Amino acid sequence: MTNSDWPLWEVFVRSRRGLSHTHAGSLHAPDAELALRNARDLYTRRGEGVSIWVVPSAAITASSPDEKDPFFEPAADKPYRHPTFYEIPEGVKHL
Amino acid sequence: MTATVPVPTTAALALGDDALVLSHRLGEWAGHAPVLEEEVALANIALDLLGQARVLLSMAGDEDELAFLREERAFTNLQLVEQPNGDFAHTIARQLYFSTYQHLLYAELARGDGRFAPLAAKAVKEVAYHRDHAEQWTLRLGDGTDVSHERMRRACEALWRFTGEMFQPVRGLDVDWPGLEAAWLDAVSDVLRRATLTVPEGPRSGAWAAGAGRQGLHTEPFGRMLAEMQHLHRSHPGASW
Repeated sequence: MTNSDWPLWEVFVRSRRGLSHTHAGSLHAPDAELALRNARDLYTRRGEGVSIWVVPSAAITASSPDEKDPFFEPAADKPYRHPTFYEIPEGVKHL
Repeated sequence: MTATVPVPTTAALALGDDALVLSHRLGEWAGHAPVLEEEVALANIALDLLGQARVLLSMAGDEDELAFLREERAFTNLQLVEQPNGDFAHTIARQLYFSTYQHLLYAELARGDGRFAPLAAKAVKEVAYHRDHAEQWTLRLGDGTDVSHERMRRACEALWRFTGEMFQPVRGLDVDWPGLEAAWLDAVSDVLRRATLTVPEGPRSGAWAAGAGRQGLHTEPFGRMLAEMQHLHRSHPGASW
């Protein structure tokens, strides 16, 4: 039995209540239950998380590097698209 | 000599030696586990146990002296935990038998108000995870392929005779031992059945069973394990990082 026999899973960890799940890494596991346990051992052993999601890597549809420009480089001459015209009140975190 | 050891020390040594010896056995998987993820899982369990061992041995004396300078006959761990890792199924069967026992025992100690209640209350959460880990793997190996089923069956049968010893009363622990044994049998039988394995029928106590670890009698592989565990400290007394 080698790692390559087992499917790959992507791990998402919510570090605190109120924050969203963040991608932490990936791992191999034979099924979802064990993927969750492996994720606990690999990514949350030092108190990093309050919740874990595991998703089969095969279930993720990713954007293609070939489409980089149309996807990620919007025209810079439309400043109204960028919400930069108001001040953020003091004390607001995670924005 | 045993008669002169104070009662709380007897219990701290028994529980501490269980944790220390099993921790060392699990540590032997480092670099050898079937997959990387499982290697990390076993190492995490080993580190949990090492943490418990340090607290328990410190209750009985100097932790380093107790771990590295005692002779084989002075260790009072169960013979189950000193058994070699064998194949992965053997390690999982040993984990299933021991972590189920330790989980039930610590839960009972945590409910009491004895000397070990604070430690047990903290450790019981760690041990619950060890038990879950062992159960998950027992289910998958037992109800897996023909090969994994056969290996898991062999492992469960081979270690069965070491399981009666766990319920010998330990002086200084206020525990309902027969009740603990009944709960252990129920829990382990349930997991084995769900894993499509049969509960072994061999004896768990008496002539053909093992069981004098608490009295300092150990099986042959333990001496070699101890030599490996202690040689660095004995070769360089007082050395530090």
